[in-house]
Amino acid sequence: MEHYLSLFIRAIFVENMALAFFLGMCTFLAVSKKIQAALGLGIAVVVVLTITVPLNNLIYQYLLADGALAWAGLPDVDLSFLGLLSYIGVIAALVQILEMFLDKYVPALYAALGVFLPLITVNCAILGASLFMVERSYNFAESVVFGAGSGVGWALAIVALAGIREKLKYSDVPEGLQGLGITFITVGLMSLGFMSFGGIDI
Amino acid sequence: MDIRETLFRPVFRDNPIALQILGICSALAVTSSMQVSLVMAIALTLVTAFSSFFISSIRHYIPSSIRIIVQMTIIASLVIVVDQILKAVAYEISKQLSVFVGLIITNCIVMGRAEAYAMKNPPIPSFLDGLGNGLGYSFVLMTVAFVRELFGSGKLFGVEILPLVTEGGWYMPNGLLLLPPSAFFLIGLLIWAIRSWQKDQVEEPEFRITQHTPVEESA
Repeated sequence: MEHYLSLFIRAIFVENMALAFFLGMCTFLAVSKKIQAALGLGIAVVVVLTITVPLNNLIYQYLLADGALAWAGLPDVDLSFLGLLSYIGVIAALVQILEMFLDKYVPALYAALGVFLPLITVNCAILGASLFMVERSYNFAESVVFGAGSGVGWALAIVALAGIREKLKYSDVPEGLQGLGITFITVGLMSLGFMSFGGIDI
Repeated sequence: MDIRETLFRPVFRDNPIALQILGICSALAVTSSMQVSLVMAIALTLVTAFSSFFISSIRHYIPSSIRIIVQMTIIASLVIVVDQILKAVAYEISKQLSVFVGLIITNCIVMGRAEAYAMKNPPIPSFLDGLGNGLGYSFVLMTVAFVRELFGSGKLFGVEILPLVTEGGWYMPNGLLLLPPSAFFLIGLLIWAIRSWQKDQVEEPEFRITQHTPVEESA
């Protein structure tokens, strides 16, 4: 139990997807103008990550890894080069299902997320989490915890940035830095702050 | 459309990173050395150009409800090819890029161009558009990598330019530039530079601070 708890905490703070690995930056910068929208997107990312990472873990363990097809009588087959294609397929399918679901049952959130919902597919944080899961060879239970943890970490980071940006718009920023430029610098400072979690070993 | 316009517009006028904030993840993570960034830039430019070309060729046959999955499949196949080639030809660099080659799939530039341009235009202009956006990305990537490698470790492409203090030279390296957050600052400053030159790209602030009322007026 303790092992999973520490994995969860580490995924949120020490190995924060957005601020330590810089994954999912496009949506991170584009949707962080309002806390409301940031929160909605954050929740969507948590949901998608918590489902896709374990799903990809199963696919990797039982279909793609070297010798994984032994149960089907093919112990010599190594399909791991198909990894990228399968992971992204799972993610794209799931996002499209989520999109239809939201469109039908939660139209307010659907309208708020707008074009960024399909862009969750190309959110590097989602694919990145699956790739890290394979690279670090997590088992199924660990992948559930890791998926949820990195989702929460990403959501935390985007909500924090949205909070800063809501205040930041009242400040007197030089003309050329207005908007995107100052946001980059803010995120840089935030990630410097998050680096102080770096040495922590729970 | 004018070929030159399609090809060079994205480099400065419509830079995918500086103006459209697309594809920044890898720009931050791989830019601490020029060699790695160059490989990454070439890989991304090729993938963008060819995926735009292929998607545009079959754009009339893609049902719009499953278009994202179709685009993804094409892009992912191209990235698998690039990944396998890198592993075979340049194994060391492929190790350094680690997950970031795979993440070309989710690089918003590739997907963004497929969605915004290739789905509506014939193959050849789409190919050029992809190439142009790839070049725009490469431009930012190489600029950031140049500054980070030169001032962070005193080298360019691994060749010593500024002799370091630790090796008997005079240059004290700036350690911050080797840390990932420095890429944020550099891109922020780069955007500032581009926008001071291209005034029309400046964003309108949502809120303006009112001018100070002069003393004699308020009295």
